[in-house]
Amino acid sequence: MQMLREALDGVLFDGMFIAAGGLGLCGIPENLIQAIVDNGTKDLTIASNNAGVDDWPWPAAADQAGEEDDLVLCGRECRVHAPVSVRRTGAGIQPAGHTGRADAAGGCGIPGFYTKTGVGTVIAEGKEEKVFDGETYILERGMIADLSIVKAWKADETGNLVFRKAARNFNPPAAMCGKICVVEVEEIVPTGSLDPDNIHLPGIYVHRLVQGEHEKRIEQHTTRAA
Amino acid sequence: MAWDRNQMAARAAQELQDGWYVNLGIGIPTLVSNYIPEGIEVTLQSENGLLGMGPFPTDNEIDPDIINAGKQTITELPQTAYFDSATSFGMIRGGKIAMAILGAMEVSEEGDLANWMIPGKLVKGMGGAMDLVAGVGRVVVVMDHANKAGESKLLLKECTLPLTGKAVVDRIITGLGVFDVVDGGLKVVELAPDISMDEVRSKTEATLVE
Repeated sequence: MQMLREALDGVLFDGMFIAAGGLGLCGIPENLIQAIVDNGTKDLTIASNNAGVDDWPWPAAADQAGEEDDLVLCGRECRVHAPVSVRRTGAGIQPAGHTGRADAAGGCGIPGFYTKTGVGTVIAEGKEEKVFDGETYILERGMIADLSIVKAWKADETGNLVFRKAARNFNPPAAMCGKICVVEVEEIVPTGSLDPDNIHLPGIYVHRLVQGEHEKRIEQHTTRAA
Repeated sequence: MAWDRNQMAARAAQELQDGWYVNLGIGIPTLVSNYIPEGIEVTLQSENGLLGMGPFPTDNEIDPDIINAGKQTITELPQTAYFDSATSFGMIRGGKIAMAILGAMEVSEEGDLANWMIPGKLVKGMGGAMDLVAGVGRVVVVMDHANKAGESKLLLKECTLPLTGKAVVDRIITGLGVFDVVDGGLKVVELAPDISMDEVRSKTEATLVE
């Protein structure tokens, strides 16, 4: 945990906007989240889709009262008013596709993009629309976060990243959109040992790297008979 | 007799065509993978970031890094490919997914779909549903025809719940039959065995085009 605190040293501040990779319990930066919680940073806005379940790694609800704006989504159905004032966007307030595309766009210098998703729904309210080839699209913003927290499988010492299977999910776009990107990995390997043709995200996007142990909890154990 | 969940899933599987890339929503739609017709091959997309979704694992095969968009553990197939979620929704929005089969709370006679939230109650969030209905080639909904009290609260003139998409539904499969969204309302394509039009009319607020 000492190394994790260093990884976030000087980076955390109350009211900050964090982009987190991971879906449910798969590919989540579980140690970085715990370090942020332990640090007591308040009034966080977290964009993710959606990292964590009811009580882990973000803390469980202190009570069930809360206003619509404080409605926070995590894992399966739940309504929490997290004691550290964590408000999670992404899964509840915008379509999953927006989270991925907005992160990637913001990280690529695209401040706005048009999408057909959500036309005619509450998502479209208050947003500019434009017609292309006879179809209506909504203007959505590219997103830039103060901090991205990301989980990858392996990194070399320059930050080139490889992800594992479905644990990849929102991690690459989340990594791209942070002014500072901190990545936790299962293994850091010597530079030169990764195949350059199989780097999933190049190290240019990674500012800090830390190796950690991961519980890799499972949200829904669904099996078939052998 | 009205179709049960498995029969509805089996009927929905008849909509699949060989070579298609398809997305199946949670609930009854996931059962569709059990009824893929002989001789055709479809590739299932899981929108979190894989194509070629396999069945649930055995206890020995469980891998916490292999899950579907519903966060259930699954397995790979020989054709499996992984990619990030931005790429995943890109192929959805880009029209590469031929069909989405998903559930609904309400569908209107113009094909509006509501399936993501009930105001004042627990909110799960729309996840990928809005992207799917906006982007795929064909939207097939599998749903109950009437609510638990047998009332027509599900196939409506206008949805009362927040929409997932406007005029997006192409075909609806309920326990009573198969209905297409056409100009003017819902058209009966097929009725389940021994189901009468009278029963359908009594349980459908939406305009029926006969």
